[in-house]
Formats: sequence, structure tokens, C-alpha cells
Amino acid sequence: LLFPEQPSTDRSGHLTGTSADKSEVTSGVTESPGHGKIGSDAEEEAQETSTAPIIDLGADLPASNTQQPPVSDKIADPLVDLLSDVSPPPAADAKKPSGATIDLFEDEGRDLFAEPRQTKSAKLPQKSLFGEADEDLFEQKEKSVTTKAAAAVPTGGPLQDGNPTEPADIFTEEAVATAPSVSNTSTVNSKTNGVHSEEEADIFSEATVELSLDSPRTERKNDVMAKPSASAPTSLSAAASQAKPQSAALEEEEAELDDKFEVLVSVKDPEKIGEVYEKHCAFQTTLPMFRNKTFTVRRRFSDFLGLYEKLSEKHGPNGFIVPPPPEKSILGMTKVKVGKEDSSSADFVERRRGALERYLQRVVNHPSLIQDPDVREFLEREELPRAVSTQALSGAGFLKMINKATDAVSKMTIKMNESDVWFEEKLQEVESADQQFRKLHALVESLVIHRKELSLNTASFAKSTAMLGSAEDNTALSRALSQLAEVEDKMEQLHQDQAANDTFSFAELIADYIRLLGAVRGSFDHRMKVWQRWQDAQAMLQKKRETEAKLLWANKPDKLQLAKEEIAEWEAKVTQYERDFERVSATVRKEVVRFEKEKTKNFKRQIIKYLESLLQSQQQLIKYWEAFLPEAKAIA
Amino acid sequence: MMEEVKEVTSALSVHGHNIKITDVVKDGDALTFVIVSQKLSGTGEYHVDRTWDDFEWLQQHLFSQEDVPGLQGVIFPPLPAKASGNASAKIMKQLGVLGLGEWQPYCKALETFLQQVATHKILNKNKAVEVFLTSSDAPGRQKVKKNIFNRLSQAVEEMRKEGHKDVDEFFQTERDHNLVLTGCTKTAAEKFLDMVLTEQKIAVACGHFSAALHLCVEPGEDPDKKAFSRLCVQISEVFDSMKKNMTSVAENNVNTLGLGLDLESRYQEAEKEMLFRRTCKLVELENARRNAEKAKPVKKAAMEEVKTATQTEFQQICGVARQEIKQFHGVRVKMLQQALVQWCEKQLLTAKESTDQFNQHLQAFRGMAQ
Repeated sequence: LLFPEQPSTDRSGHLTGTSADKSEVTSGVTESPGHGKIGSDAEEEAQETSTAPIIDLGADLPASNTQQPPVSDKIADPLVDLLSDVSPPPAADAKKPSGATIDLFEDEGRDLFAEPRQTKSAKLPQKSLFGEADEDLFEQKEKSVTTKAAAAVPTGGPLQDGNPTEPADIFTEEAVATAPSVSNTSTVNSKTNGVHSEEEADIFSEATVELSLDSPRTERKNDVMAKPSASAPTSLSAAASQAKPQSAALEEEEAELDDKFEVLVSVKDPEKIGEVYEKHCAFQTTLPMFRNKTFTVRRRFSDFLGLYEKLSEKHGPNGFIVPPPPEKSILGMTKVKVGKEDSSSADFVERRRGALERYLQRVVNHPSLIQDPDVREFLEREELPRAVSTQALSGAGFLKMINKATDAVSKMTIKMNESDVWFEEKLQEVESADQQFRKLHALVESLVIHRKELSLNTASFAKSTAMLGSAEDNTALSRALSQLAEVEDKMEQLHQDQAANDTFSFAELIADYIRLLGAVRGSFDHRMKVWQRWQDAQAMLQKKRETEAKLLWANKPDKLQLAKEEIAEWEAKVTQYERDFERVSATVRKEVVRFEKEKTKNFKRQIIKYLESLLQSQQQLIKYWEAFLPEAKAIA
Repeated sequence: MMEEVKEVTSALSVHGHNIKITDVVKDGDALTFVIVSQKLSGTGEYHVDRTWDDFEWLQQHLFSQEDVPGLQGVIFPPLPAKASGNASAKIMKQLGVLGLGEWQPYCKALETFLQQVATHKILNKNKAVEVFLTSSDAPGRQKVKKNIFNRLSQAVEEMRKEGHKDVDEFFQTERDHNLVLTGCTKTAAEKFLDMVLTEQKIAVACGHFSAALHLCVEPGEDPDKKAFSRLCVQISEVFDSMKKNMTSVAENNVNTLGLGLDLESRYQEAEKEMLFRRTCKLVELENARRNAEKAKPVKKAAMEEVKTATQTEFQQICGVARQEIKQFHGVRVKMLQQALVQWCEKQLLTAKESTDQFNQHLQAFRGMAQ
């Protein structure tokens, strides 16, 4: 089964240059975040077509996704991060999006979750912003893509079933690499509006995931995100143990912490190596299963996405809540690529970096996921095969798939006879939490905008005060006014910092949770599917029994034998599927409980960080005022 | 502005420096202000109700005062524009800072106006001031005769006199300086207002967020749910504090420096008006001189008379103007200093209070059971 839970949204949702655009685009955006339904829908679809999970609307594949070869169990070639190796010719790209560009360079990250998630297929505004271009973009790319055979074999979670980790797969794939030709890309780019290609050669496409305690960002993030660490590798049930995070920065919590196994993650700012961007990811761990205590790897954005794909394929169906990574963002990447040096690019880079860091931290904190060989590989392996591809459908293709899948799932929803009230209630909670969080997110983003506005206004006032000061002939007053101008300048900086605090402490956290809620939703959906399978098997068994009865009547001994065999087969299946259902239900339940605990911890940690930053601001303010007061008094 | 003026020679029977507007009553469109002034004799107070039209009546009387030599050289205390209970956006924009804060700043501005008028050595001799401050009846609403100070009535072509070169360096310098300052001050006041408006927006946004967090509170016995709900409530309180903080910051801004910049701006304009009047008189004088020179013998005597009269007027104006300018410079610096000091002190206080608040919140969170 595939678990394409990826609340990805074409960051085109952020494209909103104008409010008009915003409403249009965000509607397209809103679907995916936390849209577990889509995930499962896609999964449903995928189940039929065995396509790779839908990771991302942003990156586009033609509807006629050639990457949906009818390979049964294998994950069809997820979208290769085709351009991850390739630098799109900036010139072509920069030129290409004419009208679109204007919007592109707007404030990233706004209203990512502006509208409530649609739960039915009725409205799936997952329009690709660049619908028409999608097809072209990836056709050529795919030629050069080498599919990495499913390293993620979709069995149950390796832990659950006690499957041995599958190193074999990983390393046999070593040689496989994608070698998209540069020329392909260029050609493709020119065909499209160029934006997509940007997307691929992502600033974070080469990201070294670096986990270290030293980076101040890390500490901040770790404080925020460091969560109960992975449980002991040996014990599966230890997943339940709430090992607490150990972060050097969280000294006050150390006393309570079980000094257990954890991996601390930090993702550094991306470096441009050649034409692509790599991130250093450093890890620090006490987990005995890792070779070293601290290690660094370089990873690209596509690697993160690839990891997610694998994990969700493997573990999603078993009811695990697989943390989703940040979405691809054409907009953000374009700005960065084209070298637009402004606050919005910097914002995007930081948001992305933080999101990846938190994503990874969540993954390694998960007691079961940390055991997964793909995770291990991601953390440790020097170079990941580029064949890891993250599939994304073009808008049109995606929509089609979603529609199909959603119908299937919604039918399931109606039918399922929820015997366990707990699940029903929890699902309700998840749904309302999703709505609430979206609202909160919009509000915080609004706050951020105002703060930035204040920063600008303050700068403007400072300037006017300076002018007034220089025009003033009374010396003392003149000096005071100049001082005032300086104070205001400093305050401008404070406002900027506060805006950043709002953003990165709150907005991003809430965004994370909207995505996570989608994953939670997905796990419920998976449980439903498993239930359905069981029900279907029961129905089939019934049919077989009826057939047997008929045959008895008709007295056809040879066919009867066959019938009996089939009955036995289906009886076994029924038993198996029932057990599966119970197992998955238990997992989902456990995961949800863990999720909720984590949520509280996260938010608590974050508000503390936020307050600390607020306090710092205020204290700075006090200093400024205290310095200015004597100047003001000295005027007369 | 706040100076204690010996009002022995004035017609006023009340102190000028501590006139207060204690209340404003809104009745539909109309705003009525309650003005309290202290009797000189120390035996009590006068309470009067006045509308903006009454203020204008006063101002017109001041403008049209006769038998005051050099009256045109006076820098008349500026009266804020008319406010209405249901002010249009245009009016609000015109009022700037004064339009904020439920008319409190506006009242302050009117108050300042009255204080300035009542302590002005020339102006406070006008009976209209006494009537305005002490008469229980509303001052007559009769239309005051057209006065020379209504700039709007001046023909457009008169405007070009503004640039007329001066004969006196002192005044030329003052004119130039005033021109620059007027522009700068106006800009600064506008930018300041922008800041305040954004601060208010932030306060509102914090309030919304705080309210939205309450929606995340879920009932139920589940301990995890309860923990999160509790957290949400506390975070909500944090944002509420932020809202209060920002609201205070904005208020402080308005009530101190905002008012100060506004007054300075209007005062600079008032000085500009005065200087312009003087310049016009200068032009008039120069014309009179020319006429007298060129006059045919028949008219010559008359022209000479005119010239002499104009000369006298001009000199009187200059005399008053010099005084006024000197006074003005001192007063405005003092006023701005006061504004800046008050502003700083209030913001400092607010910052300290907020710090305490945030600290409390922080401690509460840290102490929360995990």
C-alpha cells in the first residue's frame, strides 16, 4: 500500500501577489495541507495503479504520468528530482514567467492554510498554477530518470512484523542513479514557464542534513522540536515510552529527561555547490545503533521528499503517523534561484530550512521510524542515490486521481461501522483541530504582515525625524531629534525581529501541525481501508459459501472441491485481515495518543521560546528608552 | 504655553494656563465640549459648554480685532479643524492624530488652543475671550464680519507674494527656515500617524489570535486534551497581554509625541500665515512708495499719506512679529521637549509593565507540569 500522505501544496498558494490572486490560489493550496483524505485518496488511486505517492502538487508530472507503470508492488518511479542535479538555466527561467513572475515574488508563506480543508471530492482546487506547462516539463525528464527499484517494499512496518531491515535493497540500488541530462532540463524549462524547473533544482535539493547541537538555530529548533526520542532499538513496544528530548539548550528539562536514545537534528542553511544547493545536516546521537556519535551528511530537498515517500509507503498503511515534510515550492525556489535578494527570499530559505529540520527531527524521534533502514540510510549514508525521485503529478493529473480516490474513500467513510467510539471522537477532534489551526495560521500570518508594516513605518518615521532634526536650528532640539531618529531605527530592527519571531516560532509551528493533522487523518483512513479489506474478505467468504451450497445442490463434486478450497482460503484471509485491522487500530490509537502528547509539548516549548524572545525585545526597548530620556530632558 | 502670565492688564477674569476641557459629549454629529476655568479671584470656577462653532466664533473675533496696532504680526494660536461626531474619512485624515482615541487628543488640542489664547498678551485683552470662557450662554452666533486673516479669501494671485524677497534679513531667514520646518514637521507627523495606525492593527491582530485560541479549547476528561486546552488558554492570555501592550504603546504615542508633532505642525503653519501677512504688507508698502513717487502732483499728497500710513502699519507689524517670533521659538522648543520627555517616560513605563507581564507568563509556562 502506498501512503502518499503528503500535505503538499503547491506553494503557489503563496503566490498571492494581489488579494484576488490570493483567494484563487490559496484555494488551490488549502486542499493539501493536512488533507489526509487526499493522501488516502491518492493512496487508493495508487493502489489501483501502483503509482508512487503523490508528494507534491508543485512539481508537476503530466497527467499521463509515465511513471505509473503497472509495476505491481513496486513503487513506481516517484518523481525523480530531475533537476536536482541540474541547474536550470537561470536566464531562460528568469525570462520565461512574465506575468506570473510578478506574483511569484510576493511574500512567501502567506495563508498557506487559508481555507478549511475540503473533505469531499466536491471541490478539489488543486489546480496546478501552471497547469498547461506541466506536461511538457516532465516528459523529457522522465526519459533520463532511472527508477530506483522500490527500496521501500511495502510490507508492514519492518518493526511491526519483525522483518529484518532491508539493507540489501538499499545498497543494491547504490549504483542506480538518475542522470537527467542537462539539456533535457533546459529544453523543458524553456517550454514551461520555467517555474517548475526552478522547483526541482531546489535550494534545498542539495541539503546536507546536519545534526548538531551547536548551531543556535539547532538549539532553538531542537528545543522546539526535540521530542521524545526513539525508543530502544531492541524493543518495539518501547515506542510507547515517552523518552523526553535531550537538548543542551533545554537544561531545565534535563532533570526529567530519560537520557535515552535520541538523535538531534540540525539542518544548516543551504550551500550552493556548483549549481545546486546542498544542506548540511548534522546529527548527534547516543543511539548505539549508529556508527558515530556525530555525523554530517549532505542532502538535497528531493532526498527529504524521497525519504518521506518511502516511509509513508511502508508505515502509513499500518497506521503510523508519518510526519510530512514541507511542500515543494515553486515560488520560493524561483525567487532564490533568480537571486532575488530580499527579505522574502531569506524568509523562504529560513522557513524551508526550519521545516526540514523539524521534519527530520520528528522522524528520528519516532520510536518506530528511527528503526527503519531508509531512515538510517538517510542519516548515515554518504551519498544517497539520486534515483530517489519524488513523484508529483501535474495539477490536472493530480486532480483526476484525487477525484477518483476521494470517491472511493468517501464511500468507505459512510459504510464503516464504527464500533469503537474512540476513533469516531478522535476523528472529529482532528477535523475540528484542522479548522482551528488553519484559522490560527492565517491570523498569525496576518500579525506578521502588520509587524513588517510597522517596521517599515518606523523606518520611515526615523527618516523624517532625522530630516526634521537637521532642519532644526535649536541645537539641543536638533540633537534630540537626531537621537530620536536613531532610536527609531533601532526599533525598526526590533520590529523586524519580532516579526521573525512570530513567523518562525508560531506560524511555522502551526503550519507543521496542519500538515501533521493531515497525516493523522491519513492514518485513520488507512485503518478504514484495512477494515474495508476485512469486510470485503468477509463478503467474499460469504459468496464462496453460497457457491458451495449451490454446488452441493447441483451435485458437482469436482467443482465442489474447488469451492471448498476457496472457502478455506478466504477463511484464512478473513482471519488475517481481522487481525490486521486490530493491529492497525491499535497502532493508530497509540500513535494518536503520542501525537497529542507531542503536540502539547511542542506548543509549550514554542510559546516559551516566543516569550523569551518577546522579553528580550522589551528589555531592549527599555534600554533604548532609558538612553533617550536624558537626551530629551536636556533640550531645554 | 504653560507659562504663568501676569494677567493684570488683561480683560480676563480667569487664569489662562490651566483652562481644562473636562468632557466631550457627542450628540449625533455635534460635539460639545465642557470647558472649566479657574477664577482669578480664587473663588471658584466657570463651567461652560461650547461647540467647535463657538471656537471659530472666538477665533474670528481675534482675527478681526480692531485698534490693535500690528495685529497682523501676531502668530495666532492654531485652532484644530472641525471635528464631527460622524466624521468622514476625509475629515479624519485631515485631523490626523487628533482623530484617534475617542476625541481625547482632540480635546487636548482645543484645550491648548484656549490656553494659548488666554495667556497671549495681546489676544487675551479681547473681550471675546472673556465671553467665551465665562458666559453661560453660547456666544452669539452672528456672522462675524469678514476678516483679513481668512487666507482662503485671498485671491490666488496673492499667493505668489509668498516668495517675495524680503528687505530684512531676519525675516527672510525666518521665512526660509519656516518653510523647511513646516514641510519636515508635517511629514514627520504623518509618518508618526502611520506608525500608530499600524500599532493599532497589531493590537487587533493579537486580540483575534487570542480569541481564536479559545476556540481550540476542547471539553473532555482526556488528560492529553485537557493539557492542550490549558495550554491554549494560557497562550491566549499571552497574546492578550501583547494586545494590551501594543494598545498602550499606541496610546502613549498619540497622547504625547503625536499631539506634540501635531501642534508643532499647526503652529508652524500659523507662523507661516503671519509671515505671509507681513510680506503682503511689505508688497503693499512697496507699491505705495512707487505710487507716491510716480504720482502726479494732484494725487501726490494723497499717495504720500497712504505711503506713510502703510509704512507705519508695516513697522508695527514688524515690531509685533519680532516679538512673536522670539516667543514662538522659545515656546515651541519647550513644548517639543515636554512632548518628547513625556513620550519617553510613558513608553518606558509601558515597556516595564509589559516586561513584568511577559515574565509572569513565562514563569507560569515553565512551571507548568509537563
